[in-house]
Amino acid sequence: MLFWFLTVLALGSALMVVFSKNPVHSILWLIITFFAITGHYILLNAQFLAIVNIIVYAGAIMVLFLFVVMMMNLNEISSPLKNKWLKFAGVISGCSLLLVLIAALKDTDTMQQEVLLNTGKIGLINNLGTVLFSDYVLPFEISSVLFLSAMVGAVVIGKK
Amino acid sequence: MSTLVYLVPLFPLIGFLINGLGRKRLSKSLTGIIGSGVILASFIVSLILFFDVKAGHAGVVKLFDFISIGKLDIPFAFQVDQLSSIFLLIITGVGFLIHVYSTAYMHEENSDHYARYFAYLNLFIFSMLLLVLGANYLIMFIGWEGVGLCSYLLIGYWFKNNDYTNAAKKAFIMNRIGDFGFLLAAFWIIQQFGSLNFADVFSNASGMQMNDKVLVGITLLLFLGATGKSAQIPLYTWLPDAMAGPTPVSALIHAATMVTAGIYMIARSNILYTLAPTTQGVVAVIGLATAILAATIAIKQNDIKKVLAYSTVSQLGYMFLGLGVGAYTGAVFHVMTHAFFKALLFLGAGSVIHAMHHEQDIRKMGGLKKALPVTHITFLIGCIAIAGIPPLSGFFSKDEILAAAFSASTVYWVIGVLGAVMTAFYMFRLYATTFLGKFRGTHEQEHHLHESPKAMTIPLIVLAILAAISGFIGVPAVLGGSHELEHFLAPVFAGSVKLQHPHEINHNTEYMLMGASVALAAIAILYAVSRFSKKPELNDAGGFGKVLENKWYIDELYDAVIVKPLRGISAFLNNVVERLGIDGVVNGVGRIVHYGSRQLRLLQSGQVGAYILIMVVAALALFIIQLFVL
Amino acid sequence: MTINHYIFLSVALFCIGIIGVLTRRNVIIIFMCIELMFNAVNLLLVAFSKMHYLAASVVDPATTAGTDGQLFVFFIMVVAAAEVSVGLAIIVMMYRNTHSIDASFLNRLKH
Repeated sequence: MLFWFLTVLALGSALMVVFSKNPVHSILWLIITFFAITGHYILLNAQFLAIVNIIVYAGAIMVLFLFVVMMMNLNEISSPLKNKWLKFAGVISGCSLLLVLIAALKDTDTMQQEVLLNTGKIGLINNLGTVLFSDYVLPFEISSVLFLSAMVGAVVIGKK
Repeated sequence: MSTLVYLVPLFPLIGFLINGLGRKRLSKSLTGIIGSGVILASFIVSLILFFDVKAGHAGVVKLFDFISIGKLDIPFAFQVDQLSSIFLLIITGVGFLIHVYSTAYMHEENSDHYARYFAYLNLFIFSMLLLVLGANYLIMFIGWEGVGLCSYLLIGYWFKNNDYTNAAKKAFIMNRIGDFGFLLAAFWIIQQFGSLNFADVFSNASGMQMNDKVLVGITLLLFLGATGKSAQIPLYTWLPDAMAGPTPVSALIHAATMVTAGIYMIARSNILYTLAPTTQGVVAVIGLATAILAATIAIKQNDIKKVLAYSTVSQLGYMFLGLGVGAYTGAVFHVMTHAFFKALLFLGAGSVIHAMHHEQDIRKMGGLKKALPVTHITFLIGCIAIAGIPPLSGFFSKDEILAAAFSASTVYWVIGVLGAVMTAFYMFRLYATTFLGKFRGTHEQEHHLHESPKAMTIPLIVLAILAAISGFIGVPAVLGGSHELEHFLAPVFAGSVKLQHPHEINHNTEYMLMGASVALAAIAILYAVSRFSKKPELNDAGGFGKVLENKWYIDELYDAVIVKPLRGISAFLNNVVERLGIDGVVNGVGRIVHYGSRQLRLLQSGQVGAYILIMVVAALALFIIQLFVL
Repeated sequence: MTINHYIFLSVALFCIGIIGVLTRRNVIIIFMCIELMFNAVNLLLVAFSKMHYLAASVVDPATTAGTDGQLFVFFIMVVAAAEVSVGLAIIVMMYRNTHSIDASFLNRLKH
């Protein structure tokens, strides 16, 4: 029951992200989408990812977006109409991609396999931390370098 | 002993490499010594081989495998037998004398060109030896092409003169037409006999029927090759133009050796020709026609070398007549005597030209008898020899051919004798105009007249002796001789002799024939000398003589019938097919691509959204193809 | 819940993201739609991780199968965060230069 509620919430707010006129509203709808996805994580008993999702996505990244949008003061800019045909073609091709993917995937063998809900220890921080700092320690350190370079890049680009 | 045979062509090749590569560094005298020395070495080895063959050691010497594909096996092998050993002696012997002569004749050239000349000459000797020694048609063909190349290089030796290079090109192209026939014949032989080796081909062929169509075809194609190389109708016009080269080259290549390659080839393939009487008839008629045509032209020529050139063409015609009527020995005999006296005549002419400071027009000579005593005497001997007066060599060889022609058909004999009479006439016209009478050149030339140096006169004397006495190796039975040459060559022609059924001519008839031809020649000589020593023809001829002077307008005819239409077609191909067709296609492709890319460029809107849309559509298409089509 | 529920949910979110990218011209919205697509993939990875865990835990109750999938999600989040910081910096710069964040002004790729 909870699954269906979260699904409808995620899809609905995702649609609102795309179709709302005001960018700030889009951002807020996106945050709601992220919360719904976080709910799914909790439902799957992946608590660590759920927390990270809230902190990183809904917190840091979306706040960044909000800052940028507000800094640019784009509220009143209603972007001039895009080529209608291009818009139409975009919707059509997106929908047909959806149809084709569903058609392609609905008959695969693994379709009816169960997914464990609510229980299972692998999503807990205990297990993930152990693996992250043993098997994945090198990628973890490299990702810190990635962060550093992203930070330097952002500063350099922003200063110009 | 016959294993030494590889040395024969090796020496000239070494000489070619040394002179060719070192031409910037070697001094003239060194070049001359190397160039002549290697030929002398070759000659000595040839002599050893000759006596070895005479002792009965003929055979094929295989050096290495040359081409071996599937069933076809072509070894690099040399045929050492009676026929090739005779030719070896002629080539290296006469070749050596001409090399020695050249050291003096070419002395005015600078050392670079001098070495180039000797390198070409050595390369020529090498190629000619390959041609003669090859034990299969392929090796022969390599030599065949080699001599053609050297001929081209040497005719165009003074390459700065445009006419000379044109003459060289003409010679080369004419030869190519003949080579084409030779090559086709070689392919046909492979297809028919599965081998190019003389031994296999001849033994297989001797089992075939008389006048088998394949044999007639092969022999006709080979004969086409021979007409190119040996200057017969219709491909003879290159030889007179080939006189553009230095005179010793004319003597060596265009008189004594290369032009006899066709005769050698047919003599070598005698069994094929004997089995194809149709081809033999063609060979005889072509030979006879060439002999007469060239003789008539020679009567009215005024360039000393041109006269000799047409004389050569005419004599080659006689040799082909001999081959055509089955007198292979006679043809080879005539090749040999002709090599001596024609080389002698050309070298004598070279000596005259040398003395006259490169003046070649006999109308401006005359009375050279006193100034050039040695040249005069030797030239006279050469003239008598070619005219067929006994006991000099030309009489015996020509008479043998004429006798064989008589036994084949009286008409052949009558026309042959007519040609012989004309030969005597024009040779003595040349002799009388050049050496007798009064000097007609400039004073300056008269002042400088001098006998040539020793290096030139000694070869003349040696050749004169050979021209005088070489006939005695082939004295026919009817004159009390034993015809040693025929016995020597018998093994080579044995297969053909078995198939031939010559009618014996009785001795009285033969005496009569000889007497008639000699008497007529003698009359022609006396008439020519008496007429031209006092009052030479100084003006251009008129009437029919003009036709002869212009060589029956054959060159013009070829020009109109072959060259001009070819030029027209080329112009058409160039202007229409090339410009509109090929260029049109090429430019059209360019234009289509240009136009198409200008249209395609509109897709490059620069809009990120459009690109993403295309990307999504493409991904969609890939999914659809992957899932529903495949 | 079976895995196909999660698959269809993810595909639907992903396609909504694509439609957003294709139809909107506001660079920031396009960027947000990309984030949406990231999240659709993340959700699917977690669902598969739990599916494998369930299959393996029937044999061995102490198994940790499926951990890799969740760590992958973690790394994707890391990369996404870095990407957002650089991307937003670029957008800011673009806004400073053109005073617009309309993607259709970005047609310099043409030249």
